[in-house]
Amino acid sequence: MKTELSGSHAGGSIQGNPGVDAVNDIVMAGNKSKGGRPYFLEDPAVERVLNIAMAIATEVAVAHERMDTLERLLESKGLLSRKDIETYVPDEAAAEERQGWHARFTARILRIVQQEAEALAHPENNTPMRTIADEINEM
Amino acid sequence: MPYQLPPVWTELKQHAVFPEFSHDERARYNFLANLNRFVSTVIAPGNQLAYTSRVEPAFAKEHGRSFNDRFEVGEAMKKDPVYQMWAALRRSTMEMRQQNGRSVVLRQANQLAQKVAHELEGTQILQLKENFQVPPYLTHVDNHLMPGSYHTEYFPGDVSNAANYDSGLFVTSGGMLGSLTDGGGRAIAAWVKETYPDFHPKQILDIGCGLGHNTLPIALAFPDAQVIGIDAGAPMLRYGAARAHALGINNVTFIQADAARMQEFANEQFDWVQTTMFLHETGGKSIHTIFAEINRVLKKGGLNLHIEQPQYTPEMSMYEQFMRDWDAYYNAEPYWGHMHDLQPAALMEEAGVPKDKFMQVGVKAINDLDKKKQDGKVTEDYGRSPIWNVFGGWKA
Ligand SMILES: C[S@@+](CC[C@H](N)C(=O)[O-])C[C@H]1O[C@@H](n2cnc3c(N)ncnc32)[C@H](O)[C@@H]1O
Repeated sequence: MKTELSGSHAGGSIQGNPGVDAVNDIVMAGNKSKGGRPYFLEDPAVERVLNIAMAIATEVAVAHERMDTLERLLESKGLLSRKDIETYVPDEAAAEERQGWHARFTARILRIVQQEAEALAHPENNTPMRTIADEINEM
Repeated sequence: MPYQLPPVWTELKQHAVFPEFSHDERARYNFLANLNRFVSTVIAPGNQLAYTSRVEPAFAKEHGRSFNDRFEVGEAMKKDPVYQMWAALRRSTMEMRQQNGRSVVLRQANQLAQKVAHELEGTQILQLKENFQVPPYLTHVDNHLMPGSYHTEYFPGDVSNAANYDSGLFVTSGGMLGSLTDGGGRAIAAWVKETYPDFHPKQILDIGCGLGHNTLPIALAFPDAQVIGIDAGAPMLRYGAARAHALGINNVTFIQADAARMQEFANEQFDWVQTTMFLHETGGKSIHTIFAEINRVLKKGGLNLHIEQPQYTPEMSMYEQFMRDWDAYYNAEPYWGHMHDLQPAALMEEAGVPKDKFMQVGVKAINDLDKKKQDGKVTEDYGRSPIWNVFGGWKA
């Protein structure tokens, strides 16, 4: 029986191996596993969005943890006190900017809901694009 | 009782061949461990409520009887929104764990392979075979949604999938298996030592050892024994041998072999044959060939033990069987259900253990990260809890 023993052979020849360059980590990380994917929610479209939302939730948590690390490091170096953060009260200008940030952020996240409401408010603006195309063709 | 937080990922022991994690990669795992903990302790219990309060009653009303089997339970539960959401979330956490783990190891695949090769230089603790035939049931599915499963190497010497398995099991188990993910091996080693103080095995075989998480505690507990771990996956063995060496354990050899055809071992070579979380990842025919092989390589009077999840017995409720079966279909462990339908005592007879030498006990992970936080209590997370059923016996 031919055996590949440990030692110098154990890793195969790695340096300059074309196989290593074939590793596309960005795409391969998300490769699908074998077998049909089950969907549990009645509408697979909803489950698709749920999965995207959970991935974004992960990234929010990651950003939060990074900020927390930053604060603790800055504090340990005497550059900032986290108590100052907790008791921080913005002045008028800062408050305005910060509330504006929240408002824009919210609006970006809920864009589609806002636009569905606008559609109801302005039924005249809901002509299908095919119809509009035909209309414009006559203009 | 206050909410039980999982340990942070940095408590995992970073041995010499462990993949490197950036700050954000660690944070991602901290979040996912928490997400799993929340889904299994807060959301999952809703399934039982939905089952007893509406799913079961509605079925009884419609059919004039209760469920006959777990598959009927599954069909009925599928329509319940609480179950739907829990299942969708659970699936999602599994897929995210894979993607996040793979992105860590694949970006450093080359360095990992080199670290492993360096660690193994001059050692004789790894034996891989050219043209090894991976059992067909392993190539047929990507176990627990792990693309490429245990055997795939993306280039010669690759260990990516093993490194992903090693560094990510923490997430799925919510940190309940300890800093070296070896809670099962520690538990079985301690149990054997305590229960059989006069048992001094010289030759121990761990079948389906993977990367040796649960092999090493046995080797540590029996330093005078020669331990052999066999597995089908070259990346697992390569990484496992390097990991064992890095951890300073030198009485284990990692050999690539198929448990159903262990030609390299003599008849009655071993005093103890162990499998851990292995049988449910074999196949319906192979499992019997494997037990016949165990019978052949185990000494008369030798010990044979298997760590598994509890078998489905008539005493187990249909609901619990259904919940335990979830991973079979939705976490890609398709032999899980059929395996847990088997009679362990009958299997053991195939390994030469007569009914009167058969034994079955429950063991709980020995978790060095527990720090009394769990207070010995774990929420039942069917099929995922670090509480196992051990069955086996002494060969006549
Ligand atoms: C769930 S893992 C368990 C690993 C290890 N025992 C542990 O406790 O961490 C199952 C392992 O069994 C291996 N395996 C499955 N069938 C096998 C066979 N016929 N021969 C050798 N190994 C096998 C797989 O490659 C995989 O590494």
